Amino acid sequence: MSNLNNRKSSRSFNRRQFLKSSSGVALFIGVSGLLPTVVSCRDQKRVEEQFQKHEVTAWVQISEDGQITIYNPAAEMGQGSMTALPIIFAEEMDADWSKVNVEFSPQEAEIYGGEGWAPGTKLMFTVGSRTTNSYYSTLRRAGAQARYVLLSSAAAHWNVPIEELITIEGNVVHEASNQKIEYGQLVRFLTMPESIPDFNEGGLKDPKDFRLIGSIIPRTEIPEKVNGSAQFAIDIRLPEMIYGVLERGNLHGAKPTLQNEEEILAMDGVLKLVPFDYGIGIVATTLEGALSAKKALKIEWSDAQASGFNSQEIYASYEDILAEDKTGDVRNEIGDFNKASSSATKTYEADFKNDYVYHAQMEPLNAIVQVSEDLKKAEVWVGSQQGSDTKLGIPSLLGIGHEDVTVHLQYLGGGFGRRSMSDFVVECGTLAKEMAPRPVKLLWTREDDVTYGCYRPLTLQRLKACTDSQGNLTGFSHVVVGDGGHLVAGGARNDHYQITNQWLEWRSASHGVRLKHWRAVGHGPNKFAIEAMLDEIAYEQGQDPIALRRKLMTNQSPRALATLEKAAEMADWDAFLPENRAKGVAFVEHGSMGTGICEISVNRETGKIRVHKFWIALDAGVVVQPDNVKAQMEGGIIMGMSSVLSEQLTVVDGKIQQSNYHDYKLLRMQDVPDSIETEILPSAEHPEGVGETATPMVAGAIANAFLRLTGKRLRHIPFTPERVLEVLNT
Amino acid sequence: MKISFRINGTQQTVDVADENTPLLWVVRDILDLKGTKFGCGKAACGACTLHVDGEAVRSCSYAVKFAEGKAVTTIEGLGDKENPHPVQQAWIEEVVPQCGYCQPGFMMATAALLDKNPKPTDDDIDKNIINVCRCGTYYRMRKAIHRAAELTPTKDETETQNS
Repeated sequence: MSNLNNRKSSRSFNRRQFLKSSSGVALFIGVSGLLPTVVSCRDQKRVEEQFQKHEVTAWVQISEDGQITIYNPAAEMGQGSMTALPIIFAEEMDADWSKVNVEFSPQEAEIYGGEGWAPGTKLMFTVGSRTTNSYYSTLRRAGAQARYVLLSSAAAHWNVPIEELITIEGNVVHEASNQKIEYGQLVRFLTMPESIPDFNEGGLKDPKDFRLIGSIIPRTEIPEKVNGSAQFAIDIRLPEMIYGVLERGNLHGAKPTLQNEEEILAMDGVLKLVPFDYGIGIVATTLEGALSAKKALKIEWSDAQASGFNSQEIYASYEDILAEDKTGDVRNEIGDFNKASSSATKTYEADFKNDYVYHAQMEPLNAIVQVSEDLKKAEVWVGSQQGSDTKLGIPSLLGIGHEDVTVHLQYLGGGFGRRSMSDFVVECGTLAKEMAPRPVKLLWTREDDVTYGCYRPLTLQRLKACTDSQGNLTGFSHVVVGDGGHLVAGGARNDHYQITNQWLEWRSASHGVRLKHWRAVGHGPNKFAIEAMLDEIAYEQGQDPIALRRKLMTNQSPRALATLEKAAEMADWDAFLPENRAKGVAFVEHGSMGTGICEISVNRETGKIRVHKFWIALDAGVVVQPDNVKAQMEGGIIMGMSSVLSEQLTVVDGKIQQSNYHDYKLLRMQDVPDSIETEILPSAEHPEGVGETATPMVAGAIANAFLRLTGKRLRHIPFTPERVLEVLNT
Repeated sequence: MKISFRINGTQQTVDVADENTPLLWVVRDILDLKGTKFGCGKAACGACTLHVDGEAVRSCSYAVKFAEGKAVTTIEGLGDKENPHPVQQAWIEEVVPQCGYCQPGFMMATAALLDKNPKPTDDDIDKNIINVCRCGTYYRMRKAIHRAAELTPTKDETETQNS
């Protein structure tokens, strides 16, 4: 395996590479309360020793020429972690940002993990919009400790009290003696103080003094993404590398029986066939060879649980589930909805539906795995959102220790939840184990990815509401029917609306179709149902939708209310609109919270909805990268529009009906709004995630605008032209 | 089978077993230019867009034999670090990429459009820039396309510079 360790690791930070190339010092800043250690990078033995102690963390390396390398522990899938996290560290370190380089940290959760789901646990997992939120405090403290080491070293060097020293953008300054030294020049004088504050209780910068956090800083990886040199896992080619593909069919869970094994094995370049429970793996010397063999496979597929399942007919059976007298999983209960409903002046009821959607990340799933000849070590090159197992399932596949697997994280050509699964990595490991020690690159074709995808579940949602004699909303009930458990029931609480009686329940269905988190998960369908229901009530009452929400938020959530008022102001909500134009509003919280307003028109001949403008007012706490937050809002709105107006994944007799971008249609340039404006409300609160707040606004805002424009209700995502015409003609 | 063409200004001869091999795989795997991306394999997304004799071509569905004797340009040949192409410069200024995977294809499609139509209208952009971006960067892309049009020297300016 030594030959593997010595190979230049692609982009990712490799310990041995670090030792070979480093000058200057590495600051090992403990995140678990241990004292930090300063180690000269020339003292390779000490550095190696420090790396072997998993209790310490090297967040930063400073070299004598002043260059600073900061390590990013999160996946980079376009959300900006490669810039946001280093900015947080550099802010407290008071580094000169122009001298900062950023690299991925090693994939070692014990060292680099952020806060896990359970208290005291650590996790490297770029999901749930948690990147900035989960690392903010850790990186501030680590950056402050790095600065403290620099200050104390300068104090010793100049023989002055540390209290008299300040830092100014990459320099330590002693004003009394008019001395100044750059961080890089301090490297040879660095010493470890006897004690160092943990910065748990104060000592960090006052947010009003932030110089980097909250300013417009170009994303560090933009230049390479513009000149074509940005490397994704699919771009990596290792010596002796061979290629793997799988045929998985389009009926999830069906078992294959291969009919022509000998014929396939005789094909040019085919090295091995590897059976899986759900598919046939092929390894060949070239990708083209593997794909040709895949096409030539003759497979008989068994039936599976999904056999007979038709996605567009399933809603009727969901209505039967709703009619059952059996309560499902109660997810939230406040007051007594039934009581409120029985004494209400008026009651409302509506059903909302959403079809399956597919992730459609642009880089097809792929990975490279190399297993050592003795099957005791492995290396993985992959674009992954990481996972609860930072080694992505390879240790348990091979029955080896976590320390025996090295993961080289690459840029992700899109994640959206699909790359938070490691199924494709384990598949690749399975092939690589058979072919050890040759590295195997596994590629999913686009067809593989669409037909054997993991979709956002379809659901049926029954909403009921009731009002008192003054028209106040006194009760709200939301029952979700669908497959996928927490995937369908998330995001349906109403914590920012004052409604004294609430009921939230999930009733399960099961179809054997693969499901997975898709950007914002349950928030997409559930916020749609909630926000559309509120507007249906407002419409019947003749009440303004903003006024209705204002009433619900005023005593409940001043922060939510502030986003509502700001969005209404931005959109000039009450302004006169030309004919065939209307505005609609929706509120969403997903970590951060925001109100979105869109302006639409409808072509009544074709049924096509056009979104002309979108305004978003967002409260995300402290915002590290404001321009990037805007980019996330813009992208989130457009991905939301794509899923709400166009995308549809259907299943007939268990078989996925779409196969590629020609029949799974994503939104393109021509459908993008003329303007998408975002305003970020100032806040000193802890940062909250922004990646999944905009997407769930879209369906509600569009349906609500449509209702105000036409008096008709859109209750089934996607709002394809055919469905819109159907609704218009009722 | 040997096929010769210019790529990013350099004459190359590649040896392929099958002349119908998509140009995409030749560019990526034989010529080691990885900026041109595989997205769908059937000319439906545009991630593999490059130029053949100045025309935007979806190279996943373009047999290498058709490149014989022609000039191929990939994102690596569009500009360089010191002198980015106006499209690349505009992409940087407008901070377009998110995940970045589809961006080379969009930039190549845009460069080909601007070559024919130096001041495209929104409608021209809608009709010609029909690649797919899942991160939804289209909004900034449109701004960047207009910005690139501003940054592109007109033919008169180019002649003045060259004289």
